[in-house]
Amino acid sequence: MSDDAQEIIGDYKYGFHDPENSTIRFDKGLSEQVVRDISELKNEPQWMTDIRVKAYRHFVERVMPEWGNCSLLNMIDFENVTYFLRSSNKTEKSWDDVPDDIKNTFDRLGIPEAEQKWLGGVTAQYESEAVYHSIREDLEEQGVIFLDMDSGLKQYPEIVKKYFGTVIPHSDNKFSALNTAVWSGGSFLYIPKGVHVEMPVQAYFRINAKNMGQFERTLIIADEGSSVHYVEGCTAPSYSTDSLHSAVVELIAMDGAKIRYSTVQNWSSNVYNLVTKRAVAHRNATVEWVDGNIGSKLTMKYPSVLLKGEGAHAEVISVAYAGKGQHQDTGAKVHHLAPNTTSNILSKSISKGGGRSSYRGLLQVTPKSTGCRSKVVCDALILDEDSRSDTYPTMEIGNSTADLEHEASVSKVSNDQLFYLMSRGFSEEEAMGLIVNGFFEPFTRELPMEYAVELNKLLELEMEGSIG
Amino acid sequence: MLSDEILRVENLYVSVEGTPILKGLSLTIHRGEIHAIMGRNGAGKSTLANVVMGHPAYEITSGNIFYKGEPLEDLEVFQRARAGMFLSFQYPAVIPGVQVGTFLKKSVASVRDDPPKGRAFRKELTAAMEKLSMDKSFLSRYVNDGFSGGEKKRLEILQMLLLQPHLALLDETDSGLDIDALRIVAQGINEVAADSACLIITHYQRLLDLVKPHYVHAMMDGAIVRTGGPELALELEDRGYDWLEVTA
Ligand SMILES: Nc1ncnc2c1ncn2[C@@H]1O[C@H](COP(=O)(O)OP(=O)(O)O)[C@@H](O)[C@H]1O
Ligand SMILES: [Mg+2]
Repeated sequence: MSDDAQEIIGDYKYGFHDPENSTIRFDKGLSEQVVRDISELKNEPQWMTDIRVKAYRHFVERVMPEWGNCSLLNMIDFENVTYFLRSSNKTEKSWDDVPDDIKNTFDRLGIPEAEQKWLGGVTAQYESEAVYHSIREDLEEQGVIFLDMDSGLKQYPEIVKKYFGTVIPHSDNKFSALNTAVWSGGSFLYIPKGVHVEMPVQAYFRINAKNMGQFERTLIIADEGSSVHYVEGCTAPSYSTDSLHSAVVELIAMDGAKIRYSTVQNWSSNVYNLVTKRAVAHRNATVEWVDGNIGSKLTMKYPSVLLKGEGAHAEVISVAYAGKGQHQDTGAKVHHLAPNTTSNILSKSISKGGGRSSYRGLLQVTPKSTGCRSKVVCDALILDEDSRSDTYPTMEIGNSTADLEHEASVSKVSNDQLFYLMSRGFSEEEAMGLIVNGFFEPFTRELPMEYAVELNKLLELEMEGSIG
Repeated sequence: MLSDEILRVENLYVSVEGTPILKGLSLTIHRGEIHAIMGRNGAGKSTLANVVMGHPAYEITSGNIFYKGEPLEDLEVFQRARAGMFLSFQYPAVIPGVQVGTFLKKSVASVRDDPPKGRAFRKELTAAMEKLSMDKSFLSRYVNDGFSGGEKKRLEILQMLLLQPHLALLDETDSGLDIDALRIVAQGINEVAADSACLIITHYQRLLDLVKPHYVHAMMDGAIVRTGGPELALELEDRGYDWLEVTA
């Protein structure tokens, strides 16, 4: 890692928040009227209002998942959540127009200045809506559309209408229903045919209001033969009351297109992070999920790919870090729905201080999908006796031509590794920091450098004051 | 001469999981001295090196170890390293995912009093690697991960050159090296040994042809049973250890 990157991160703090500056804030709790009000306030077309209402009704009827950490799930008090919050009345385009206290937040996240050099474009979600949005001119010239989701709906209603909810219908699960009913913000990204976006396209999200639910909605469409790398980062300040975060991310990779979606999320240990992420990959398309989860009270997230077209490829690389009082229930799902489709899943988890990480995976090969290949590797590192790791792999293999590999390992830090590193001058904490960073390295090296540095730093902080 | 005393081991008894391994071992090394220890497998040579460095699995049941005249017992392993002690491992640990370059930079930063930074560090690193005929590509590999035996030993010596220890414990650093690598590694040892105290654990004379020891110790069953000059190493290689058992 370069020294520059170290400087960019500076004295990054993980638990601060700005005074709430929201101008419009709904009362807590959810009803059909709240859903209608959100839609009206945003001046949405009737069809979107209808979708929201339908989703709301489904949400009310839909039971909680009966798997995963049910006792934690059932503790969610939906009445104690604010479903809409607007911090700034218009969507900004220029950095100069962004309110100062919001800039201040980004400053402390280590974002500005440096971003100019390399960002493809930025939408930053502050509270519920994007307040800053810029696209580099060459992206615009290439015909790339990169907007916050609300603006996307306003400016390109026909595209949104065509694809919204096609990958993840509102009825997929209780939380996708909730998101569809109350969504706000998120990104809308369209890459035209044959366009390759060289720089990663970035968005930053954070929770900053007490009990604030975040229900962003992201839709990415990569048209035939195009490619894009979308990056999203997230750091939550620590608050004492529970927060609910429930995003929906839909990706569509047309024939020969490639989408990589990278996320690092670091939630404080009061946050429920219940996210539905799914992609469709058409003929010869590639979808890559690079997904890092740190913190939260409970994360349930299983990025999935529907390999619909022949020759499509899925790659899911994920890490999860579960500390004290945290449960990471994460994994990957790949559905081989067409012949000669391939997938790679690499999942790594660390549990410490009584934390729990679970790998939950699904690999499906339909009877007609011949010649498929898949490799699944799950590695868990457990740092102490109190912590826990479990694996729940499911395989539904419909034909015998599939070439499948599955490896799983659970390991501990060995005394010999610690002794070796300490004999080179590292304290026990520093040695642990090196070992855990090394363990996550196959993931970290896939990230843009800023994120890699940030993640390494976070993990080192996690190892501090914890040994003895 | 007391000020030049680096390591003093006094009548040391050490157990592992309740089994006594070292049984009354004594040894003193001064700055500028090279000592060699030879002995059969299982004699306790690695145990001595590990216990001096502070491995937690080894329990000192009686006796003392002094470093520069101060008792070592209260120093943690990393503090010993920062105080100038270095162990070249017989079996270096693999640290997956940690790049050699990052590891070396951080290690030097934590051990050296006035560590070279930025360009100065890179310059020193490049020079040391050239001495050991190590390719730059080493730096982006993971520490000892997939390394051959010889590569591991070279990385140990590279670390020794960069950390500039006052006491170097070299545990079978010559094992698994071909003759060219042995020569290169020996050069590295000689460079450091000139100004430090050096303890070389080996089975073979061939390293001692290249790194001239001032003293050679024969170790059996957890204790030093005979001490001599370089000629003792030749004799041990020639006659084995049985004759010592008879005379001991
Ligand atoms: N960490 C350990 N745990 C259990 N036994 C050990 C350990 N280290 C050494 N021993 C035992 O102590 C004895 C001496 O080992 P060692 O010091 O490695 O000998 P040498 O290096 O001379 O071959 C051997 O019998 C070995 O099995
Ligand atoms: Mg040994």
